[in-house]
Amino acid sequence: MEPNIFKYVWRHSRAEQLVILLLVVVSLPFYYFSLNLPKQIVNEGIQGQGFESPGSTQPIFRFDLPYGEELFGAPVTLFDGIDLVQRDMLLALSFSFLALVCVNGMFKLVINTRKGRMGERLLRRLRFELADRILRFPLLHLKRVKPSEMATMIKDEVEPLGGFIGDAFATPLFLGGQAATAMLFIMVQSFWLGLVAAGVVMFQSFLIPRLRRRILVLGRERQLTARQLAGRIGEIIDGGVEVQANDASNFERADLVSRLGHIYKIRYEIYQRKFFVKFLNNLLAQMTPFVFYAGGGLLAISGHLDIGALVAVIAAYKDLPSPIKELIDWDQQRLDVQIKYEQVIGQFQPPQLIDAALQSPDNEPGPPLAGEITASALTLLDETDQPLLRAVNFTVGVTQHVAVVGPSGSGTEQLSYMLSGLVWPSSGSLRIDGRDIERLPAAVTGRRMAYVGPSAYHFPGSLRDNLLYGLKHRPVRPAESDQAAGHDFLAEAKRAGNPDLDINADWIDYAAAGAEGPQDINARLLDVLDVVDLKSDAYRFGLTGTIDPERSPEVVEGVLMARAALIERLTSGGNDDLVVRFEADSYNGNASVAENLLFGTPRVPEFASKALAQNGTVAAVLREAELTEAFVGMGVTIAKTMVEIFADLPPGHPFFEQFSFISDDDLPEFRTIITRVESAGVEALDEAARKLLLGLPFNYVEARHRLGLVDEAMAERLVAARHRLAERLERDLPDAVEFYRADAYNAAASLQDNILFGRLAFGQAGAEQIIGDTLAEVLDDLGLRETVIEAGLDYNVGLGGGRLSAIQRQKLALARALLKRPDLLIINGATAAMDGAGQQRLVERILDLREGQGVIWVLQRPELASLFDTILVMRDGRLVEQGSYGELTKSESAFKDLVAAE
Amino acid sequence: MSIDQEVEILRRIPIFAKIDPPKLKLMAFASERVTYKPGQTLFKQGERGDAAFIVLHGTADVLINAANGPLRVASLSENEIIGEIAILCDIPRTATVQAATELTTLRITAELFFRMIMDFPEMGVEVMRVLAHRLEQTTAQLREVQAAR
Repeated sequence: MEPNIFKYVWRHSRAEQLVILLLVVVSLPFYYFSLNLPKQIVNEGIQGQGFESPGSTQPIFRFDLPYGEELFGAPVTLFDGIDLVQRDMLLALSFSFLALVCVNGMFKLVINTRKGRMGERLLRRLRFELADRILRFPLLHLKRVKPSEMATMIKDEVEPLGGFIGDAFATPLFLGGQAATAMLFIMVQSFWLGLVAAGVVMFQSFLIPRLRRRILVLGRERQLTARQLAGRIGEIIDGGVEVQANDASNFERADLVSRLGHIYKIRYEIYQRKFFVKFLNNLLAQMTPFVFYAGGGLLAISGHLDIGALVAVIAAYKDLPSPIKELIDWDQQRLDVQIKYEQVIGQFQPPQLIDAALQSPDNEPGPPLAGEITASALTLLDETDQPLLRAVNFTVGVTQHVAVVGPSGSGTEQLSYMLSGLVWPSSGSLRIDGRDIERLPAAVTGRRMAYVGPSAYHFPGSLRDNLLYGLKHRPVRPAESDQAAGHDFLAEAKRAGNPDLDINADWIDYAAAGAEGPQDINARLLDVLDVVDLKSDAYRFGLTGTIDPERSPEVVEGVLMARAALIERLTSGGNDDLVVRFEADSYNGNASVAENLLFGTPRVPEFASKALAQNGTVAAVLREAELTEAFVGMGVTIAKTMVEIFADLPPGHPFFEQFSFISDDDLPEFRTIITRVESAGVEALDEAARKLLLGLPFNYVEARHRLGLVDEAMAERLVAARHRLAERLERDLPDAVEFYRADAYNAAASLQDNILFGRLAFGQAGAEQIIGDTLAEVLDDLGLRETVIEAGLDYNVGLGGGRLSAIQRQKLALARALLKRPDLLIINGATAAMDGAGQQRLVERILDLREGQGVIWVLQRPELASLFDTILVMRDGRLVEQGSYGELTKSESAFKDLVAAE
Repeated sequence: MSIDQEVEILRRIPIFAKIDPPKLKLMAFASERVTYKPGQTLFKQGERGDAAFIVLHGTADVLINAANGPLRVASLSENEIIGEIAILCDIPRTATVQAATELTTLRITAELFFRMIMDFPEMGVEVMRVLAHRLEQTTAQLREVQAAR
């Protein structure tokens, strides 16, 4: 990257800078006129110079050719002007002044807007270039950088650069021009006063930058320490387990304290110096007016200077210190920004960078890989030049199934990286199909080949997104959205040096997955999920997921059919008592009081079960239905029971968490309330206590808690309240709750809840199993299983795949690699989380699928190597044996030792 | 059946007989009431035991695997406890138990049982007393058998 920020800015914004410079130059004469006008207004308009006799006139806007007299011997008048009397002159001059103010303002507006736009474009370019470099970092370097430091650099540290870029050339010109104009004006009015002003300015611009030098050094330190702080915070988060498991949090606190102390010291010193410089600057700026008032006043009294000129000088001087100060500021900013720029780009210059041409979206994957993979004297050194792989030689066919075995640290992992083109050889060569691996473009290594490591990353998003990630190499068809807007967006991107790749386009390479397009890709996704045995997981995700009924009306229809079929099948099996269905006119003892009241799925958080007790609408309905007292009464019973049975348990006992309506913190309060109720009755309670009690019954489930609170009469009253609440909600908040309706799909509820349309009965032995099996049968009968699995593809895998188990993550990574049907599949121990039988089954299934296509698998369990055509045995970075399973097990061999060691 | 009735039943079982009602209530509250249909099994012989059951309603058959199929050795009905030995000594189930009629039980998990004993040592003492009593009975029976020889 260009090490000098000025050259960088100039190269990428020359045209725009020139336009701005031109605008600045054009604006300067107007500025000069606006300075000259006050003098004219005071001398001619107010004091009446040239209007000595009443009725005499003076020309306005008379314009002589500059230097006309010198050139032509006589003044050349280009415009005679308009003759005006004194009062009209004053008004004309004043309005001219107003007009000039407006013109100057417009110039400022246009120039600033253009500067801002240019700055933002360059900032965008710079940020893109930096992030682009991260995408081109070789893997080994990528592993050494701290993500949080990189992020702060791109996000925060280059930010001030954007502001400066707009000012890089225009500001010195504009401010310099302004200062020079003001200076020239003062000089014209009074040479000596001008000389004084110039002297002070020179002194100022000599002294201040010197004082600021130390501030710059401190600024650089501040930047570094702040970046390291960001890096440390990233480390604390990454190492969270170690910090907490080792009780090292206080050590980390000490580290933070020391860093913050250091940063404080630097920042405080900066402040002290900054404000001292400011003080000095202001003092010098105020010295000059003192000279003007004293000296200029004396000159005016003695008649050497007219008062109008003095006022104008003072007015002009008012405009002088600020451009000078800003120029000095600009110079300071220039140094500061140059340092920041150098520091940032220094971090983005690894010893080696992947050639951009290798990653170009225009590269083609070319014909299928064939022929052989040949390693000759293949060697890899780590950063301290210690060998990780030593002169490895082998030749295998691209379409062969190859097992790589060896103890950990024997170089198997590095070999898999190199075969995938992720790490390049230090010396020797690795050729695939006759081409050096490091010359292969990403279009080949990433499409014709696939790599799956032991801890594959999953991006936050759905299961589907993660499967399709391996197919998104370049846009295959443009976005359907607004063409013109999209075009503008990409045109602007180009102006900022960003590539015109559209994120909204369809990126999925359907052909690579063996699909025609969006219509049949799902079938392929299900195929690969089946191979890695992830289909049943997706089925479960699908059952707990929701669908958009508008988008899939056929699913809605199917689910409603399944709802009817499930009850039928349960009834015929004598199991209809296992589900207590939702019925609008009866109380469901297996659901909580809150759920019974709401009788629907909340669409907004205020109507979630937990929040219902605090909900104003619900409170009003309870009042109307005269249930408030009954709820308080139930609350008393619950509280009494809880106080009684939890009385002897120590606070913090897990039972509170598991079984209680009341947390251990609140127990004493309820104990007080119950004592008061027992002595003086419920009426004696204050509002706060009543509110607490009122909240308790909401979570009460009759079938589970068995306190006998909801008898038949109460159930009827609650159902009546349910109807009342529904009416009110339909009237006032029609979108808050989606009600249960036997004949309608509930978009806010999961597929499973929609099919069950009720609650599993508490305490029915084996209910869950029976219902799950029956549900599966019903879905199979109706041909809905695939639909459910497809809904499961929308399951969000969470940050880094955190909502999946380790085994699911590995399977998903394998499925992603299988989906793009690579010619060569390289797997580095990606089954470690599975048990032995699970690994064997998976290896067999994948090898079966890949019949006739290449697989290179670094195996954790050497005995699985019997399933492969060829085995490479590694030890200490060397290839010690190579051959088929039969050959290697015939006599004494390193391979046999490895198997025996298992 | 409400929780108070469950507590009444628990009190009729010897090992719980002398325990404070609030503690029994806690145990009932923290336990699941499970209903079985005739023929459904509570647990099978040889499985690891993770819970004891108290029969609230109905009867259960105790079956032992014999050479010619399962052999019914006992029948348990209301107010009786099933499977407490397996959770106390952490041994596999010594018999299969299955519902003979519609059967309602209170399922007390091993975890809950031990936590109760840990939190209320007097309950442990009660359990010990009952077990010692049973041992004494068994020993007496053994003595009688030997004397009869």
